[in-house]
Amino acid sequence: MIELRQVSKRFGHQLAVDAIDLTCPKGQTQVLIGTSGCGKSTLLRMMVGLVTPDSGSVLFEGEPLDELTLDSVRQRIGYMIQEGGLFPHLTVRENIAIVPRYLRWQPSESDVRIKELLELTQLPIALLDRYPRQLSGGQRQRVSLMRALMLDPDVMLLDEPLGDLDPMIRAELQQDLRIIFRELGKTVVLVTHDLAEAGFLADRVTLLSHGKIVQQGDFSELIANPVDEFAAKFVQAQRPVFA
Amino acid sequence: MNRYLVIGLLLLVLVLLPSGSPPAGIRVGSKQDPETAILGEMLTQLIRSTGQPSTHLSVGGTTVVFDALRRGEIDAYPEYTGTLIKEIFASEADVTEAQLPSLLAKDGISISRPLGFNNSYALAVRRETAEQLDLKTISDLADHPDMRLGFSNEFIDRDDGWKNLRKVYSLPHERVSGMEHAVSYRQLEVQDIDVMDAYTTDAQLAELDLVLLEDDLAYFPRYDAVVLYRSDLQNRYPELVDKVLQLESAIDEPAIIQLNARVAAQEASERQAAADFLRDEFSVSSDIEDPSLASQVWQRTLEHCDLVRRSLIPAIFFAIPLGVIAAKLPRLGQIILGAVGIVQTIPALALLVLLIAPVAYLNLNTIGAGSMTAVVALFLYSLLPIVRNTATGLATIPPEYGESATALGLSRSFRLFHIDLPLASPSILAGIKTAAVLNVGFATLGALVGARGYGQPILTGIRLNNTSLIMQGAVPAACLAILLQVVFEYSERWLVPAGLRPLSASESDVPKH
Repeated sequence: MIELRQVSKRFGHQLAVDAIDLTCPKGQTQVLIGTSGCGKSTLLRMMVGLVTPDSGSVLFEGEPLDELTLDSVRQRIGYMIQEGGLFPHLTVRENIAIVPRYLRWQPSESDVRIKELLELTQLPIALLDRYPRQLSGGQRQRVSLMRALMLDPDVMLLDEPLGDLDPMIRAELQQDLRIIFRELGKTVVLVTHDLAEAGFLADRVTLLSHGKIVQQGDFSELIANPVDEFAAKFVQAQRPVFA
Repeated sequence: MNRYLVIGLLLLVLVLLPSGSPPAGIRVGSKQDPETAILGEMLTQLIRSTGQPSTHLSVGGTTVVFDALRRGEIDAYPEYTGTLIKEIFASEADVTEAQLPSLLAKDGISISRPLGFNNSYALAVRRETAEQLDLKTISDLADHPDMRLGFSNEFIDRDDGWKNLRKVYSLPHERVSGMEHAVSYRQLEVQDIDVMDAYTTDAQLAELDLVLLEDDLAYFPRYDAVVLYRSDLQNRYPELVDKVLQLESAIDEPAIIQLNARVAAQEASERQAAADFLRDEFSVSSDIEDPSLASQVWQRTLEHCDLVRRSLIPAIFFAIPLGVIAAKLPRLGQIILGAVGIVQTIPALALLVLLIAPVAYLNLNTIGAGSMTAVVALFLYSLLPIVRNTATGLATIPPEYGESATALGLSRSFRLFHIDLPLASPSILAGIKTAAVLNVGFATLGALVGARGYGQPILTGIRLNNTSLIMQGAVPAACLAILLQVVFEYSERWLVPAGLRPLSASESDVPKH
């Protein structure tokens, strides 16, 4: 579905992404994991055209991303970030329906879709006319998820979507995300630094360090056979969770 | 979003409302000093006595009023021959008084014969001193080298001042000091100095009983008062010109000093002093009843609001797009912000004078009520706060909103109107509020080009040193500024999207999840 070929990106003196090849197969959940600054977010942002690689190419369904196709590709991608990125001046309903409004849907069409998504994400209907600042962190992420799912995209890109939440709500949302993605058969790329979250959601895990892929494959494989010292340390650091 | 459209349309209607008609009849100009204002009143009242309507505009500066006459925006104004030679025709070498009529004729302007007094530099001494030392002329001073001389700094520096005066008269005096003109009078009074420079028609000459020494070698240039008028006035209203020319040789120095003194002592307004003179000399009676204070303030309020609305609203429409450009194209933005910033540093009078030529070129009113010069200057002054706040408001939107919008695949223009501008709206509105308050203050300077409003009594009050008159302009101007401030505070509640306003207690009651 999405393929990165030999992509590199430099920010100043920092080589954020160093000649990476990565494939995200259709219908699967690919988790990018690593310490902060390892390049995982940059990779994700390349997939939606927020970052342009200095070299290499990004393919969406085999076609390279370019300025002309970017907007139509973006409408097939749902994008969700930490803290949600909801627009503070718009109500929940307006936030969710912003792209339909841009595409000039009939309001009734939007309403039907919103009703479906409310059910899917289990957000109380009473919250639709609130502003983002009147919501809790968990509610904001559910709204952000609804907005990302509004056009029923093929691909979902999630950048630490649950990073800021307290553990209880986080666990609850992880559960919901897994159900939703499996049910809808989405191609998902998720960035996290949390090994447990990766294990819970991933079909494939890619461990990154200093802009390079350290290890790629099954989650259980990563836990059982870390390929090098860094991978071992990374796994070790979060071990207690599985003890 | 629709409410922005509604507001935009409302503002558009408001700016396009017609403004009060420009003053009717023969327009008489004058500069801002009391003496020429009195003469301007005399001209106006003489014209009215023929049954013609006439208005008197007092504006700031020789160039402003002379240019207005040249362009026919006013029909007549009082001037001094010395000013014509030294300022208006300064670029032409050695102009004599005899050449003035033909020089002025090139611009379609006629000049009257002198009105009878010469407002020039002179040296003054106390009457007591003059009698003791038998001083009559400046030459007589040479016999008294010990006398203490106190001159205004300007007089010491000028080519036609002390430097050459001492050469021409071979004056040996060593004890010469420079001081403020107003201070010289006090110094002379308490006998700290013996001789000072003065204007031959100063009101204080009568008050302090000073004697002017005769300029026996004709050193000082003559500043004979004359009337300048459009030559075509002779054809349009021949009887009117005859009437005005009655003033020729009709006002001598004691007479004008008397008039200046009455106005300076606030015994009479300039209008009243002029009317009394015309009644006594020409048996011309003028109806000079002033309207009530309330109706004057109301009239000025209308004039002032007119200036504000016609400058502020276009500034809003112009500055917001400029601010958007400045935020989106930072390099061009530097130039835009620099340019509107520089405008802010130009002093008001300089800006007004600079604008007269382009405004005149466009065939618009340069002076008088509704002067486009004033409107354009206020427009330019209003740009900076709005442009800067728009640019800053847009530039300081947290990057995650921009990224979300991009990732959602929204177009640039959709994003600008539906995301960026609403998010920046509190900042933009604050900029408009600042501009509005500044505009109300700056609009008082419109009086310098006769645009009236609250600036009119302020300017008159300043030249007459009349605090209550200044207050008549300053207090309503301050009230209007406060009123606008309040209106903006309220409109913020309506204009700023609810999600960006400060939280009220009930709203902040957030459920856990």
